[in-house]
Formats: sequence, C-alpha cells, structure tokens
Amino acid sequence: MRVLAALSGGVDSAVAAARAVDAGHDVVGVHMALSRTRDQFRTGSRGCCSIEDAGDARRAADVLGIPYYVWDLSERFEETVVADFLAEYEAGRTPNPCVRCNEHIKFSALLDKAVALGFDAVCTGHYARIEVAADGWRALHRSADPAKDQSYVLAVMGPERLARSMFPLGDVPSKEQTRAEAAARGLSVSAKPDSYDICFVADGDTQGFLRSRLGERPGEIVDTSGEVVGTHDGAYAYTVGQRRGLSLGRPAPDGKPRYVLAVEPVRNRVVVGPADELAVAVVEADRAVWFAPAAADPFACEVQVRAHGAPVAGAATVLDDGTLSVAVEPGLRGVAPGQSLVLYAGTRVLGQATVTGTRRAVPAVAAGQTS
Amino acid sequence: MVPEAARVLAEQLFRTGNPSSLHASGRAARRVVEEARERTAAALGARPSEVVWTAGGTEADNLAVKGLFWSRRAQDPSRRRILVSAAEHHAVLDPAFWMAEHAGAELVLLPVDAEGVLVVDALRRELEEHGDQAALISVMWANNEVGALQPLDEVVALARRYGVPVHADAVQAVGQVPVDFAASGLDALTVSAHKLGGPGGVGALLARRGLELTPVLHGGGQERGVRSGTLDAPLIASFGVATDLAVAGRADHAAHVGALRDELVAGVLSSVPGAVLRGPADPARRLPANAHFTFTGCEGDSLLYLLDSAGVEASTGSACQAGVPRPSHVLLAMGIDEDDARGALRFSLGPTSTADDVATLLSVLPGVVERARAAGLAGRSTAVPV
Repeated sequence: MRVLAALSGGVDSAVAAARAVDAGHDVVGVHMALSRTRDQFRTGSRGCCSIEDAGDARRAADVLGIPYYVWDLSERFEETVVADFLAEYEAGRTPNPCVRCNEHIKFSALLDKAVALGFDAVCTGHYARIEVAADGWRALHRSADPAKDQSYVLAVMGPERLARSMFPLGDVPSKEQTRAEAAARGLSVSAKPDSYDICFVADGDTQGFLRSRLGERPGEIVDTSGEVVGTHDGAYAYTVGQRRGLSLGRPAPDGKPRYVLAVEPVRNRVVVGPADELAVAVVEADRAVWFAPAAADPFACEVQVRAHGAPVAGAATVLDDGTLSVAVEPGLRGVAPGQSLVLYAGTRVLGQATVTGTRRAVPAVAAGQTS
Repeated sequence: MVPEAARVLAEQLFRTGNPSSLHASGRAARRVVEEARERTAAALGARPSEVVWTAGGTEADNLAVKGLFWSRRAQDPSRRRILVSAAEHHAVLDPAFWMAEHAGAELVLLPVDAEGVLVVDALRRELEEHGDQAALISVMWANNEVGALQPLDEVVALARRYGVPVHADAVQAVGQVPVDFAASGLDALTVSAHKLGGPGGVGALLARRGLELTPVLHGGGQERGVRSGTLDAPLIASFGVATDLAVAGRADHAAHVGALRDELVAGVLSSVPGAVLRGPADPARRLPANAHFTFTGCEGDSLLYLLDSAGVEASTGSACQAGVPRPSHVLLAMGIDEDDARGALRFSLGPTSTADDVATLLSVLPGVVERARAAGLAGRSTAVPV
C-alpha cells in the first residue's frame, strides 16, 4: 500500500512509520505545519509545532530512508481547531482540541489530501488497535497498553476514515518498548519527552490564552441560591468540575470546598456549589458516530468522558432524533457540555458523541446546563 | 561534480600545507591557490588580484552588501541607501534587510516587471531623487527562479553617473551565459563553485581593483585583509578547474540544454491545461537551462511529490526554517497572486539531461497536474462550520 506517515517529530510517529516501512508499504513522511508563525507556538521539545520538531521529523524520515514533505495546514488548523476551542469556551462548554484536530485535520484535511494524491492510508503514532470484528465491522479498540490508550480521542473520526487509518503502535505493550524500539532503530528522538499540553497554548496557560484572544469580561460568581460569592474576569475561563482558581473571598457556609457547577455565557455567570452537586446520573449527547451495528435500546456499555478518565458502566438509548441518552452508574462527576463521550464494550469502541447536557441523580436546584 | 574537479579535490586533500605558511609545503599550497586564482580570473575576465576567495556564494553576497555599505558610508555618511531588486536571492535580500534593521541602512526594493526583469526606470527615478544617498546597488545577473537575465549594462551606466558601486550575484549565470567581469563594468560579482560543477563550500567575490570593502570576517588578514581565514587549497583548486571547464564548455552546454528546454516549454504549454510559463517569454532573455511554470490550482509540494514518485526531480520555491513551503518572493514581486505562486515548479536541465528525460516528463506531467489539482482542492481550506 501507499502509506502517508504523519511525522510529528516525536518518538511515537517515528516508530509507527518505521513499522509501516517494515510491513513492506511504500511510505512517505509528512510533517504538518499547524502554525503560520511558528515561534508563536511552543518551542522546545514538548509540543508538536516547533522548528525543532520539524527538524526531528525530517531526521526520522532520513533515518528510515523515506521521502519527507511539510504540508502547511495552518490555515485549516486555525479556522477549525483553534476557532472551535475559542467558540466552545466562549459558549460555556469544554472542548477537547485534540479530538477536534483528529476530526478536522489529521483524519480529514490530511487524509483527504493524501487520498487525492493516491495514498491508500494515513499512518500515525496513536495508541489504538483496528480489528475486523465478527460482525463484519472494522472495529476500533483500546491499545494493548491501557495507560497510553488514545481510542478516546480517535473515535470522532467514524468508521469510513478508520478504514484508511493505520496505527502500528496499537499492540505495543508499553511506551518504554516504543522508546527502546526507537533507540534500536537509531531514531534520535527515542528519549524525547512526551507532549501533554495543548500545542497552540504556548506556555500551557490556557486561561491566559483565552483572555488574550477573547478579552476580559468581568462578571459574577454565584452559588446555587443565586447569591453572589465572588467575581471573575471572563466566564469562558471556567469549566464544570473546576475547583482551583476560583478565588472566592469567603468559605461556603458548610465549610466544604466549592466547585464550578455551571458556566452561563449569556448571563456571564459562573455557578459554584458543593461536590455532590456534580454527580451525574444521565449524560445527553448528539452528533453520534458508530463503530458497531445498532443494538436494542437501552444497551449496556462503559462510558468515558475524558481522555484519561476511568470509564463507568452505563446504559445507552438512541432517541428518535438521533441524540443519545446514557444512564450512568454512580461515579461520574463534573461532566461539561462539549466534552467527547465515548461508549465502549470491553476494549471495543461502540460509538462517540458530543455531550450536550447532564442530569443529576437526585432532583435538586437546577444547576444551569440541564436540558 | 564534474569528474575532473572531483579528481583535483581528492588529489589535493592528500597534501598538507597552509597557503599562508612560508615553509616548503606552505609554498606548494600557495602555488595551488594562486594558480587557481589566475585560472578563475582568466575564465571570468578578471585580474587575479580581484579574486577574493570565500566559503561560497552566500558569504560573497554578504561581503558585497555589508562591505560596500560600510565603506561607502564611512567615506560619505549621507550614503545610507541600499538599492536591491525585489527578486534578489535571499543571500542578498536578507543581508540588505538586516543592514536596514541593525546598521542604519535604508533599504530600497527596486521593482521587477511581470517577467521578473528589473524595471530600469524605477532605478533611474530613485537615483535622480536620491542618487547622492545611494551606498550600493545589487542586482543579480540572472534570476535563479524564473531565469530572467537582468539589464546590468543599463544599471551600470546609470550607477556610474551617480558614483554608486554595483554588485551582481552571478551564481546562476557562470557557465550558462557569457560572464566577463571587466567588460561588465561591475564593481563586484559573486560566483559559487557548486553551481558550476565544483564542490560545495567555496566561492569568490570578484572585487574591482581599488574598490574599498570593509571586512566582514576579521582575523589573520588573508585575501587583501578583506576576508580573513585559512585558505582551503583543495576546495579552491577544484573550484578553479570547475570554473575553467564550465566557461570553456559554456557555448556547447547552453546550446544543448537550451534546445531541450525549448522542447520542454513547448511540450508543457501544449499538453498541460492551466500551465503558465513564468519569466521572459523570449528564450534568449532567460537562462538556457531554466524553465519555470505555475500550475493553477495546484500546490507545489503535491506536484513535487507526484513527480518524485514518477522519477522526475523538480524544485518549488523556498521554504521557511521549519520546511513550510512559502510562495516565492520572486513570483510575488512579479505581481503573481499568492494562490498561483503556490503552484510553482522550476525545471533545471543539466549536462546529463536528454531528450528522453524531457519526453518522460511530458508523458507524466499532465496526469500529475490533474491529480495535484484535485488534491489542492481537497487540502484547501473551506468554510467549515464550527
């Protein structure tokens, strides 16, 4: 097959490309340039957008003996991933830019261009497995190493794009093994640190980034009774479940810590309250994509709402309008609209959707974003 | 590299001796360097004493722009304007920008026309208004991207009237078109070995006798004190041989590649929809080995990849430090819009190019362009609702 290996400049994508070469594919390396002004993004070794990363990607391609190109997807990145990030926070929701990047850039803009140029598949260093299931579907599974599993951020792509994807690292038992393999192959990125933060937030200061792009919008922080307990510089900078950084002048009457329960963009208000108000019984979501045949409602599954969050057991129902309602076992807290919801059966991804709202276990004071 | 230049390089690498030393091996090395100097000077219509060895074309261009500016301004503080064409190579353009930012220069970018040729009237007007403030003029002999030969005779004639020294980057021209330093009337001229079949890492600035140049590199005082640094006898010897051969074989070479180029241009224009020849339409007014096109709706890197997989090597414009393809400043200076400039490809023919190579290119190019055009639409940003 003709395979386009996306090379970020990190160790994972380099080893993935090497494995694709070993498998006998005709591999071409492509580094995506995602920022117009490259210095604006993080420099150093932790991001995926620096000059150093581009150099590391080129070096990896040279070691593997494959052609190397840089594709400029910065305009697309700005108008999809960055714009979505800002718009979502502005609307009081909690976006995951890595999910949006997989949706709009890696498995969309990059994949479409690759296919148009005659490539059969895009190969990345994501940790996830692709298997053809007994039901005939091409199934997306968690990686062999649960600690590195990235099926959560990949599920947004849907089954058609999965058919043109290749994740050679899905069966690697641990990241250490990837590093050892990189070292054995003579790839100089073997000891490069992992990237964790959002690549376009230069110093890891998300609130500062939002403030610089959205401007200051002072408003009130209230408790569930509506009483003003503090002020903020912009409701967009808060996210449901957040505890730190609230800077409330006085303690709650019960002396317990307070959390953000809801962000109300129109009233420019942030609602805070005790932890038990964050407990979620039902999650509602839309824009669903499925990796498995439809099952009779409600069907049992495990529910995950964060990239590194533990899944909880649930029962999902697809409503007539295509939206999703998932009743979850106790344990899920602080779920915000905008988050990606992924349903699993064991290691297999059943589907993905975007959270629109939640309902609490016990009827209580409406805390904003219930539907 | 041409085999003779490679042979001389290898041979000289086994010899020891610093050309600046006085002992026997030093004298032997000095002889090698000076013979190469005489040979290079003779091939380029210069005197041996006018050859200043450098580590390549970029260094020679830096020495010309900075050295001429500093020496002219030292003589006359009002001469602060650096006049360069907007289509210069980065090795001239970037030092000029740097001098404007850091050394008190005023940068004047002279426009080029739609074919990439300097607009002489613009230079005339600039000199009429500010001739007494001009420190130097730098205009390349021929443009490296679109191949346009530049009207240096007119530039030199105008500059003389205002007492302004003229430098030309002739890296692309030597071995392609006749280059005679004395006849040109230029004050300084850049050559580089790697473009004429010699090794990388060596070049020269031809500097007219009596021309004052402030050094950029300070040290042991080699090369008239203008360019310090131990001379690399093997590279210089190899460069001398390569220059000699390139100039001696120039007419035959130009006839050979020129004929192939004309075939290539005619073939591309007749078989590829949306192909536009850039640079002078008259083949006599461009470098014989150069053909440059833009392909509407295509990304240059898509074309490059598809041609590469079909066994054809071509070149797009420039890339930034991180390797991101950038629309060429030369094409933008010619008034071509950014989208069209992104779909640029340059084909350079060499001594080993054959009619079969051209036929191969012409057989794959229409399909390549069609595919790249489809991919260009796929990769192009669209209004995505977010």
